[in-house]
Amino acid sequence: MSYFRAENLSLRFGGLKAVDAVSFAVEKGEILSIIGPNGAGKSSIFNLISRIYRPTSGRIFFEDQDITEEPPYDIARLGIARTFQNIELFENATVLSNLLVGRHRHSTTQLWQELLFLPSVRANEKVHRRRVEQVIEFLDLEAYRDKPISGLPYGVRKVIELARALCSEPKLILLDEPSSGLNVEETDDMSFWIRDMRRELGVTVLMVEHDMSLVNRVSDRVIALNYGRVLAMGSPAEVQQHPDVVAAYLGA
Amino acid sequence: MRFLFKTDYEDDIRLFPHSGYVVSYGSLFAVLLVAPYVLSSYLMSQLVFVCIYATVGVALLILTGFTGQASLGHAAFLAIGAYTAVYLQQFNVPFPVYFLAAGLLTGVIGALVGFPALRLQGIYLVIATISFAFIVEEILARWESVTNGNEGMRVKALSLFGTAVSRDSPAFYFLCLAVLVLTIVGTLNLLRSPTGRAFVAIRDSETAARSMGVNVALYKVKSFAISAAITGFAGVLFAHKLSFISPEMFTLQLSIEFIIVILIGGTFSLHGAVLGAIFIVMIDPFLTYLKDDMPGIIAGVAATLGAGKERAAHIQDGIAAFASLNGLKGAIYGVIIVLFVLFEPLGLYGRWLKIKLFFQLFPLYKRATFKRQKIYVKSERNR
Repeated sequence: MSYFRAENLSLRFGGLKAVDAVSFAVEKGEILSIIGPNGAGKSSIFNLISRIYRPTSGRIFFEDQDITEEPPYDIARLGIARTFQNIELFENATVLSNLLVGRHRHSTTQLWQELLFLPSVRANEKVHRRRVEQVIEFLDLEAYRDKPISGLPYGVRKVIELARALCSEPKLILLDEPSSGLNVEETDDMSFWIRDMRRELGVTVLMVEHDMSLVNRVSDRVIALNYGRVLAMGSPAEVQQHPDVVAAYLGA
Repeated sequence: MRFLFKTDYEDDIRLFPHSGYVVSYGSLFAVLLVAPYVLSSYLMSQLVFVCIYATVGVALLILTGFTGQASLGHAAFLAIGAYTAVYLQQFNVPFPVYFLAAGLLTGVIGALVGFPALRLQGIYLVIATISFAFIVEEILARWESVTNGNEGMRVKALSLFGTAVSRDSPAFYFLCLAVLVLTIVGTLNLLRSPTGRAFVAIRDSETAARSMGVNVALYKVKSFAISAAITGFAGVLFAHKLSFISPEMFTLQLSIEFIIVILIGGTFSLHGAVLGAIFIVMIDPFLTYLKDDMPGIIAGVAATLGAGKERAAHIQDGIAAFASLNGLKGAIYGVIIVLFVLFEPLGLYGRWLKIKLFFQLFPLYKRATFKRQKIYVKSERNR
């Protein structure tokens, strides 16, 4: 059985089929990219997985468990973290507290314990803090630790979103256009991090990406979508030479 | 300027980051402890009101400032706390019991109000909480067997551990101060734990909070419940301080005063609740002073500037008539809110921080330091 599986996933907005009977599987430890022209349904698939949308039909399985009906907040608890295409950070909080929210799925303390800040809460906080520090070191964010998000440049925010997702110690991470808005060097850094993430943290990566050079460098397999349907699936080179994919991008 | 060198994760967790805090808050606390033996009874009474308003301010900050759920219904929570206490007093329930009961009941009602609020945002949530406040006000006026209707209820003197505590005594002031301090410490504890961070996450981006594993609905209800419970506790003290309660004390005007407390104090820090409370409690005597003395002063100025006696008297009458117009106080409050939102959105505490930074950086302070930044457009599609 595959690690993560989507079966016949469909999403309709009225008459529009945003996602149309899409099936794919992700193996453990794999980096799988989803490509496709604008409006192909890439981000919709992510939103279906993280339960922001409810699929019209189809099933989603993670570690052999059907997660189609799980509430959105439980998706993170199962070990699936995500980033957003248009950065969704907690604007008025510091980088540190943003990352600590990423630790939310590991918090075990009760409200009354927190009101009194019992030793157990304090001990937990230190554990969270240590994990966050590891991620900060991993992504070179030391300089921004105590800065509020609202003053940070776009490129840094993008990395912080990745950091927040990593703080939850995910098994599967969904990256929605990790390189959009980044310059060439930042994109390079991103590609190293994505590979390191798999190697050092054992995270499986599913990503939506437009930058083909990044896709070629990091992906094991690529899925091409258009009009909500799967056009091609396979290695980056295979998919890019597939006649349907060429037609979709060039209109030929 | 002080640079903190952090060597331990504890440095990020503790409430007082360095010894300067201990000294300044310690001396503030000392001043508050000797206050009842120094200040006049009028100022002491005002100080008690500051404590009560600040407690409600902290409650409102949890809900509005940190969770981002606006409420114009906090006068109703205050009323529920007050009426529960006075009702239980009739059965000779001791103070600690009815104090806790009032907080608990208000907390439960707060949670119930929180449920419909899950589907509402922004201005619609404000309307929902206003209607809740009106419903409570109506119930208080009509449920005569319990609330004695519009005639109101007399509050029996507070008795603590068998001794009567007068509402003007230092002991009552210390009680209010203790409630305020405990509320602030509890809230600070909450804010440095997962729950508080979840609140802030919900305020800034519900979508992101959800995808990080925050059960948004649960935490919104929790926020409503905590906020309401604290307001309920404050309600008990409020009733004792006034020694008489009736429905017309808990109107929309009071809810707006609570909003002013946090808007003017500053919505991003608990300091704001205290500063705002001082402002709102002291502005009333100030306005009364203006109302009583301003017409005479202006007439005097007019007379010295050469206006005739008759004309000066005319001016005095005109201003006096204007000053005693109905609803003028509400209008002044409105103007104050607008001015603060326009020119000092960070409130009095924000202004204080700016002044502090000015002296810390002197003479290198840049005027653009606090210029508002461009904020990137956030995706609202997934709401």
